[in-house]
Amino acid sequence: MTPLLQLDSVNKAFGGLKVTQHLSFSVFPGEIAAIIGPNGAGKTTLFNQITGHLLPDSGRILFKGEDLVGLTTQAIVKKGLGRAFQVASIFPEETVLDNIRLAALANLDHTRRFWRPSAEHRQATEAAVAILASLGLEEQGGRLAFELSHGDQKLLDIGIALALQPTLLLLDEPTAGMSPEERQRTRRLIGEIRGEYDLTLVFIEHDMDMVFDIAHTVRVLQQGALLAEGSPAEIQSNEEVVKAYLGEEL
Amino acid sequence: MGISDMKSLCNGNTLGWGALILAFALVPALMTSQYQLNVACNVLIWALFATSFNMLWGVTGMLSFGQALYYGVGGYAIGLTVTYLGSQWYFAAFAAGLLFTLVLSFLLGLLVIRVGGVYYTMLTLAFGQLAWQIMFKMYDFTGGDDGLQGITLPGLLADKVYYYYFVMILVLVAVWVLKRMAYSPFGLILRGVRQNPNRVRFLGRRVRRNQLRIYVVASLFATVAGALMAGVDGSVHTDMFFWTTSGEVILMSVLGGISHFFGPFCGAVVIILIEDIVGAHTEYWSLLIGSIIMVMVIGFPRGLVGGALDVAAKVRAILQGEKHDDTTLTAGLGK
Repeated sequence: MTPLLQLDSVNKAFGGLKVTQHLSFSVFPGEIAAIIGPNGAGKTTLFNQITGHLLPDSGRILFKGEDLVGLTTQAIVKKGLGRAFQVASIFPEETVLDNIRLAALANLDHTRRFWRPSAEHRQATEAAVAILASLGLEEQGGRLAFELSHGDQKLLDIGIALALQPTLLLLDEPTAGMSPEERQRTRRLIGEIRGEYDLTLVFIEHDMDMVFDIAHTVRVLQQGALLAEGSPAEIQSNEEVVKAYLGEEL
Repeated sequence: MGISDMKSLCNGNTLGWGALILAFALVPALMTSQYQLNVACNVLIWALFATSFNMLWGVTGMLSFGQALYYGVGGYAIGLTVTYLGSQWYFAAFAAGLLFTLVLSFLLGLLVIRVGGVYYTMLTLAFGQLAWQIMFKMYDFTGGDDGLQGITLPGLLADKVYYYYFVMILVLVAVWVLKRMAYSPFGLILRGVRQNPNRVRFLGRRVRRNQLRIYVVASLFATVAGALMAGVDGSVHTDMFFWTTSGEVILMSVLGGISHFFGPFCGAVVIILIEDIVGAHTEYWSLLIGSIIMVMVIGFPRGLVGGALDVAAKVRAILQGEKHDDTTLTAGLGK
């Protein structure tokens, strides 16, 4: 099977600090891939390189066989790569529905249209309403985004990314700062949306219960390098990983 | 007040537009002098200028201190053409002014949007002042600080009442077009650019391109306002390019409220009327405007329109015996 995302010896340094070191791995269609590692291991920096926010010093990042290195974030997003952020990246003064509708309008390339009110763009509105229902936010559609709870804002961030109809969705700590109930709900929702939207998921997470529960594969980063990769069971029994990162958690 | 109520208020409805058109249409019947008609024209023209400016600032978050440049272009396109070629070229001058602004704002826009925040503001100010200096120095051509007088209008427009209706129709149509724009997908992405430009990039949209588009659009409408102003008292002055003119639309927007579409429109109406009414009694009218602005900024940071909506929401909440919820009051933000 051809990998959907393939990293080929990616390197990145900030001055003398190496944040990504000879990183190579592949993610296949339909996979739920977790990236774990201690703070400062280079996980978010890796996402920033995949999405064009940072330029790798060397190496290739192939998405659907095409090298993303050097492309703008906008171009990468248009190729079908979506992202939700560690701190929910939403439009706080817009309604929840408008947040997702805006993403749907962007996906339809309708954001240059200046005459009909955005609420009358039926295709985008229907897509937004469907996503709200998938995320269990349909009751919140009319509220302003900043009024939502932290957990719901994180879900809205995912909803915005979903409205772009990505084939690969990058989730940066989707349950960070959530209550146990919200974590449980998010864990369930991530599994559901993957099936519903035919997604491949790569997520960064510190909640090991979630990682070992939903991930098909796990990559462990340490100081920007790949310490280990394998199935959740393999990672859990990897002595090096246990020693370096998991420690007492197991 | 719920979001739907708020949105219907902000969106305005047929009744609101009907009342607005009727109010301005009745002005010639109610006014007793040509001077009062000129004041009414001033109100409309400044309202358009302030509304177009707010598409940049309130909607997109780009505080330009140089929109007077394009206002001046409109005025001098009419003034120079009519002075040197005759009033029969009035409409051609109007079109030429818009074409000039289209090109100029596109080229300057490419430069100014490359920087953000206060640097953008300063750069727009610098270009505005540069234009003012050029117009000021080219005395033989532009009349320098004397400006150009005796600008005559063609045909029926030479009649003050007809000209008033010409201004009224153009301004109201322009404001209506801007309002359609503000609530369209384009308006939504502009608000997105203000609130979270990084997310806009992750929607696959270009932040700067959208900023450039609205910069050009706002500049074109500023040019329309300037062109209309040239016909009000038949003269143009280099002050049209000066930074105080840009500052005045900022004041109008702050007074009316930048987070509501009609905020700057209302701010323009209030400031022009204060200038006129209070100015007739004392030369210290600007002191009153300064005091009002201070009170508004401290007491009603969301401006006249925002403040009025807040009060209306509180009254409604009291009447309904509900606990007032501050968060719902911001439903019109960016609209």
